[in-house]
Amino acid sequence: MKSRTNIGKNIDWWLVTIYLAMVLIGWISIYAAVYDEDHKSILDLSQNYGKQLVWIITSFVLAMMILLTDTKFFSAFAFPIYILMLFMLVAVLIFGKEIGGSRSWFPIGQFSLQPSEFAKFATNLAVAKYLSSLNMDLKKLKSVLRSALILVIPSLLIFLQNDTGSALVYSSFIFVLYREGLPGEVLIIIFVSIVLFILALLVKPVWVIAGLVLLTVVLVYLSRRNIRNMAILVLILIISSAYVEGVSYGFRHLLEPHQQSRINVLLGKDTNLQGAGYNVHQSLIAIGSGGFTGKGFLNGTQTKFNFVPAQSTDFIFCTVGEEWGFIGSIAVISLFVALLIRLIILSERQRSQFSRIYGYGVVSILFFHFMVNIAMTLGLFPVIGIPLPFLSYGGSSLWAFTILLFIFIKLDSYRLNVL
Amino acid sequence: MIRKKAYENRKVVMIGIIILTGMVFTIRLFYIQLINDKYLLSAANNVLRYMTQYPARGMVFDRNRKLMVYNETAYDLMVTPRLVHKIDTLEFCHLIGITRDEFKKKMIRARNYSSYRASVFEEQISKENYGYIEEKLFKFPGFYVQQRTLRKYPSPIAGHILGYIGEVSPPEIEANPYYKQGDYIGKSGLEKSYEEVIRGKKGLKIKMVDVFNREKGNYMEGKYDTVAIPGNDLYITIDAELQAYGELLMQNKRGSIVAIEPSTGEILAMISSPTYDPNLLIGRVRSKNYNMLSTDTLKPLFNRALLAQYPPGSTFKLVDALVGLQEEVLTPETRYSCGGVGATPIKCSHNHYSPLSLVEAIEQSCNPYFWNVFRTIIDNRKYRSTTESYINWRELVMSFNLGKTFNTDMPVEKSGNVPDPAYYDKYFGKNSWRSMTIRSLSIGQGELLVTPLQLANVTAIIANRGFYYVPHLVRAIGIEGRIEVKNWERKNTRVSSKFFYPVIDGMSRVFDAGHGTARYYRNDSIQMCGKTGTVQNPHGKDHSIFLAFAPKDNPKIAISVIVENAGFGSTYAAPIATLMINKYILREFEKPWFEEKILNTNLISPN
Ligand SMILES: [Zn+2]
Repeated sequence: MKSRTNIGKNIDWWLVTIYLAMVLIGWISIYAAVYDEDHKSILDLSQNYGKQLVWIITSFVLAMMILLTDTKFFSAFAFPIYILMLFMLVAVLIFGKEIGGSRSWFPIGQFSLQPSEFAKFATNLAVAKYLSSLNMDLKKLKSVLRSALILVIPSLLIFLQNDTGSALVYSSFIFVLYREGLPGEVLIIIFVSIVLFILALLVKPVWVIAGLVLLTVVLVYLSRRNIRNMAILVLILIISSAYVEGVSYGFRHLLEPHQQSRINVLLGKDTNLQGAGYNVHQSLIAIGSGGFTGKGFLNGTQTKFNFVPAQSTDFIFCTVGEEWGFIGSIAVISLFVALLIRLIILSERQRSQFSRIYGYGVVSILFFHFMVNIAMTLGLFPVIGIPLPFLSYGGSSLWAFTILLFIFIKLDSYRLNVL
Repeated sequence: MIRKKAYENRKVVMIGIIILTGMVFTIRLFYIQLINDKYLLSAANNVLRYMTQYPARGMVFDRNRKLMVYNETAYDLMVTPRLVHKIDTLEFCHLIGITRDEFKKKMIRARNYSSYRASVFEEQISKENYGYIEEKLFKFPGFYVQQRTLRKYPSPIAGHILGYIGEVSPPEIEANPYYKQGDYIGKSGLEKSYEEVIRGKKGLKIKMVDVFNREKGNYMEGKYDTVAIPGNDLYITIDAELQAYGELLMQNKRGSIVAIEPSTGEILAMISSPTYDPNLLIGRVRSKNYNMLSTDTLKPLFNRALLAQYPPGSTFKLVDALVGLQEEVLTPETRYSCGGVGATPIKCSHNHYSPLSLVEAIEQSCNPYFWNVFRTIIDNRKYRSTTESYINWRELVMSFNLGKTFNTDMPVEKSGNVPDPAYYDKYFGKNSWRSMTIRSLSIGQGELLVTPLQLANVTAIIANRGFYYVPHLVRAIGIEGRIEVKNWERKNTRVSSKFFYPVIDGMSRVFDAGHGTARYYRNDSIQMCGKTGTVQNPHGKDHSIFLAFAPKDNPKIAISVIVENAGFGSTYAAPIATLMINKYILREFEKPWFEEKILNTNLISPN
């Protein structure tokens, strides 16, 4: 095989460069977040930045290994890898170690591995494999339900590990399905449901329903000549009213108090800065105090002195915001936007349907993480713990994101060989 | 390949969503990083701790450079209840050496004061424990150690002079923004009047702390820190040894001694009895002891030397004589006869040969003689009315700094009283009072009031033959190793120097002549001059007064002694004054027969 002897050929260096830049920014931020005078060596394995350096180097090795693997391997073994990962997710529920309230870790020596991180690329492979099969049509309910099943199983298993954030990631595949022919109405329905969801929590359900009734009356009046449309409108009213009532009930009776308060903080109903609002408040202080150019490398006081919780994992963006200011924050956001757009462009140029769908899966997963993580640190979204890809501290997530991305780079490098 | 193209333009929706998200984030960042500055302030509140550096208060040395006041560092354990979080109470109690119940009580007390502000949890930890506790304190968020300086007194004397310090009161904070809650300020004595000199200047250290309130170094490498400047030392005029001896002599007596070096106005000793041990008003015991002292019926906190006002009694005859001589209605040769104990309008205290000359009248303290002197001053034809001659008399008397304050370096001081003519106009009616009406002034009674300090100053004026330096307590201030001597104003009386000699001759006869009222206390090695006084006290036994200076030529010490409820001036005040003069001039001297008698006398609770 040609590519085995020359792995650099046909590789998209834009993606690789952006990847390297992000990993570097991530490492610098982790170093800044935990830096103190006593631990100056960058290879100090007792410190997070020392460990992260090990993760980065091993990620490079993984990336090389993927680039050396035969392209056919990924599509041929998509389902076996997926099945294997599901077993891992079940196993971690039984044998796993609980860290920070989530039973999602396998202890390996002094490190821990998190199968839920790896489940993402495995699921992406399975989705790509299934959707690229010949008799697939997402206009048919059967196809939609089957692809949904592939997504729901890992999501449910991860939810059982009490890792809500990672479970929600699978909802991002809606974009993949949309690109592959899911009717546009579905996206609209989802959008409306989210709006109603927020309204149901923000104001009393009675008022939401009253508003819906009013809207329906107006619409029914406008379409008074069409009996069928009127019936559909009334049906929609009944369904959405039930939905609003259900959301409100579920919020009050099914969610645990800490989850309730997190949502309340976001909706502006809870201003207790010592309680659930503390994280977001401190995060905003750190970023906000960065100003235009930031406080400079290693001069971030809020992050360095641990005012921001989880500052090298989920809140890594705070360090960027505090030490590098508006300029640095915009740079990181631009990198993500560039990476995602580049991935879409590359996906669209794939001849193989499998590669294209896989590429969109990468976009969906990375976009979800990017959007939710930054929105959370900027106080625009509830605090649900998911890492910022390539920047956050953590071996499992860095490895998993590296694999996710480099499988696509490999697939892309081989696009011309596919007929 | 056909299906691929089918939905290709849906990528536009995807790209649109991604760019939109990026824009929302940019706008949000623009708002929180560039527009809203609330977060910048919150960041400072999070991290910066402004720590006051308290300077060491200046020390106090006596005239022989003997240390009288110094500082000792004490450590208070402070607590901010809100920050106390998940601590191991048992370990903490063990560390501090208190029981769990005490811990609970102290926490409740602190919380009642404030949850957000620090208050004292445990006062004055010993220096040894401090090091040990400080090391472990990081385990107990909400607690920290605050340094304080305590005043220490090597010998328990001069409480009234030195004064004490205490926490600033709200009005004091309002009056001067330098002070903050919890600062110390001089409350009385020199601590008060020299507060700004000896307090130094507070410094400020800006420290960074982490989320657990652990120190993380200086903010900006200490660029904005200011160093505390230690207070200046005071070199005071007091002779500690003389002061201690005076306090010893005055124990179990009520009254006061003031000794002045006439040539400088320096106060050598200033005793108010009963007094108190200044060590009682330090630190954690201060408020308890203060309450005890302030409710004591003997008023140990009351500084009699500056605040008690007595009629001068017979000692005022010296001023009568000087004013008479200056007004030329009296010469040293002027003689008046005396009818003894039956004399009118003022009777004499005893029978004696008659008539007497001026020096003899001083020696024997003859009342009718000085009534005649006073009468000739007031009834002088030179003046058109009694009021006019009285005003002149009053001005001459007040040139001895009677009836007014010195405005010197003591925080409190009474002016005494030399009645102004309006007082008599009001009391007797305008122009309807004569020398006869106010005759008791001639023997230092009536409305005349003086403080012990004023009496000592009158003595110093006589010793100086007509002038005085404003009596004061501080001779010099030590500023950064240099000693800066303070200059004090010299003032002249309106009586010419030459008129003092006959009066001084009379005062020396008080010790030396056969009828001298202090003849029992004479000392062959020092030529002393004095004058007794007995002040009628409507509330009990008469007060005993004695003025003296020595030696007669080139005087080194002028002294006033008042012993309340002690009877004749010659009984207690004269021997005490004599002993003080001996002590100051001779240092070591053969104890005269009356020293032990004085030491053993208890006039407060005699038994
Ligand atoms: Zn007589």
